[in-house]
Amino acid sequence: MAMLEVEGIHTYYGLIHALKDVSVNVEEGEVVTIIGANGAGKSTMLKTTSGLLKPRKGSIRLNDEELTQLRPHKIVEKGVVQVPEGRRIFGTLTVMENLDMGAFICTNSQKNKKNLNRVLELFPRLKERSKQVAGTLSGGEQQMLAMGRALMTNPKVLLLDEPSMGLAPVLVDDIFATIRQLHDAGTTILLVEQNARLALQVASRGYVLQSGSVVLSDTAENLEKNEMVREAYLGE
Amino acid sequence: MLQRIRERISPTDVVMWLIGGGLMFMVVWGSIATLIKGTYTTRHWIDFVIFGLAQGSVYALIATGYTMVYGVLRMINFAHGEVFMSGPYTAYFVAAYFYRNDFLEAQPILCLGVIFLVSMAVSVTIAFFLERIAYRPLRGAPRLIPLITAIGASFFLQYLFRGLYGSSFQAYPDIPMLEGHWVIAGIRILKFQAVVIVAAVMLMFALYSFVMKSRIGKAIRSVSEDKEASALMGIDVDKMISMTFVVGGAAAGAAGVLYAIMFKQVHFFMGFIPGIKAFTAAVLGGIGNIPGAMLGGIFLGLVESVGPSLFLDGLGIVAPYQLKDAIAFTMLVMVLIFRPTGFLGERLAVKKA
Repeated sequence: MAMLEVEGIHTYYGLIHALKDVSVNVEEGEVVTIIGANGAGKSTMLKTTSGLLKPRKGSIRLNDEELTQLRPHKIVEKGVVQVPEGRRIFGTLTVMENLDMGAFICTNSQKNKKNLNRVLELFPRLKERSKQVAGTLSGGEQQMLAMGRALMTNPKVLLLDEPSMGLAPVLVDDIFATIRQLHDAGTTILLVEQNARLALQVASRGYVLQSGSVVLSDTAENLEKNEMVREAYLGE
Repeated sequence: MLQRIRERISPTDVVMWLIGGGLMFMVVWGSIATLIKGTYTTRHWIDFVIFGLAQGSVYALIATGYTMVYGVLRMINFAHGEVFMSGPYTAYFVAAYFYRNDFLEAQPILCLGVIFLVSMAVSVTIAFFLERIAYRPLRGAPRLIPLITAIGASFFLQYLFRGLYGSSFQAYPDIPMLEGHWVIAGIRILKFQAVVIVAAVMLMFALYSFVMKSRIGKAIRSVSEDKEASALMGIDVDKMISMTFVVGGAAAGAAGVLYAIMFKQVHFFMGFIPGIKAFTAAVLGGIGNIPGAMLGGIFLGLVESVGPSLFLDGLGIVAPYQLKDAIAFTMLVMVLIFRPTGFLGERLAVKKA
């Protein structure tokens, strides 16, 4: 049994059938990636998992516990936390306040302190900037903050939506190094990424999403060798 | 060169600047004339300022409710004036009971405490259910719809209270402790005005620290900024919106008692004008900005109190005080024309609505 099981979900935006029978499994401790072009439904898939969108059909389970009808904050309480696309940090709050909001569901101050130390160890830059208003951070620092904020509750599954978006190549490398570090520490990650090459390097398995359907799913190695993937997503 | 200037400035701008310039000229000219005429002594001016501060701090407290609700929902809660009315009107019956039994004389501080608590509790309840019943089902509807609902809710509450308590003015009992005046540093200040100013400032400070420092306050600010991201952090967005109404309602309920202490009467329609004034104050300060709303409220109170005599008396206008509302709303229009974001407002263009 997989830790996170998304089974046959259909999601609609009004009349648009955005996800058609999408199934994705993530095992404990695994990094799984979803690759696909713009508009293929990758973000929709994560938004549905987080409860921001309700699927019309299908089910989403965490360790066999039904998440499908829960509201977003309840899903966070169950341990599925998303770093949304475009970072979406709270720009008028300070860095520390942003991290506090990441730990909103947990009122145990001892636990919070432990998690905070872990996050600051992972992103020492955030410690230096803790009193700064988050909107004044650079793009890379904002991405670190977005990830740090999501890690404040020590989630069971971390959903990452386009962490490399809009970042300089050097910073992209940093972010992926962090993802690897998180993976080594045992975090379960579902990664949505347009940069398929990098995504397939950190992931053990991948799904290819095309206009709302999963067209291919295999180990990352096999996907990297796959003719269609190479042509469409690796630009070879 | 001239052509480029002409292209950049539209005829409307010219007219607006003329109106603005004309008003500025009138204000300056009127003030100078008044000061030369010398109808008012320094003591009068000091009284005007103190009254303005007292009235302004009440506006400021109400204005925080408008501004916070605007922050989380991007809507103007036009029923907020009725939230403000509901508290002191209900607490009036408690006050009258205390007065009849001479508690008000024997235990003034205890009685005032109870009156405040009753008023705040009623306003909080009304604000809470207002959001639950009238606004929440319309979340996600086009922005005009909750606005119309708010106006409807405003009328509903006015006539509900008229039906419950009658349509006459009720005289708030005098509180003996607050009669008379103190002399502080040579300035004579009416006791009740001093108490209103001090209480309002303390409440504003408490409210501001709550929003800035507490866990709930930070979550309210997060929701103001980005509802979806807040939900992804495990914040119950609906609950925080309710909390915003509760905090705003508490401020309005307290402001209502201060208002009743100042003007010594309550009425089912009493929320309308202060409500609109507080809304003006929130816009003056920059809607969505809490310190801005407080600043705007105090500024508006001062201008309303000092303005008529200072600007208009010298122009030979009889009974200038009758024009205080005209001054307040002219100021609103001017701010909307020349600085639509208010004193401390964020640039609306940057903000995604």
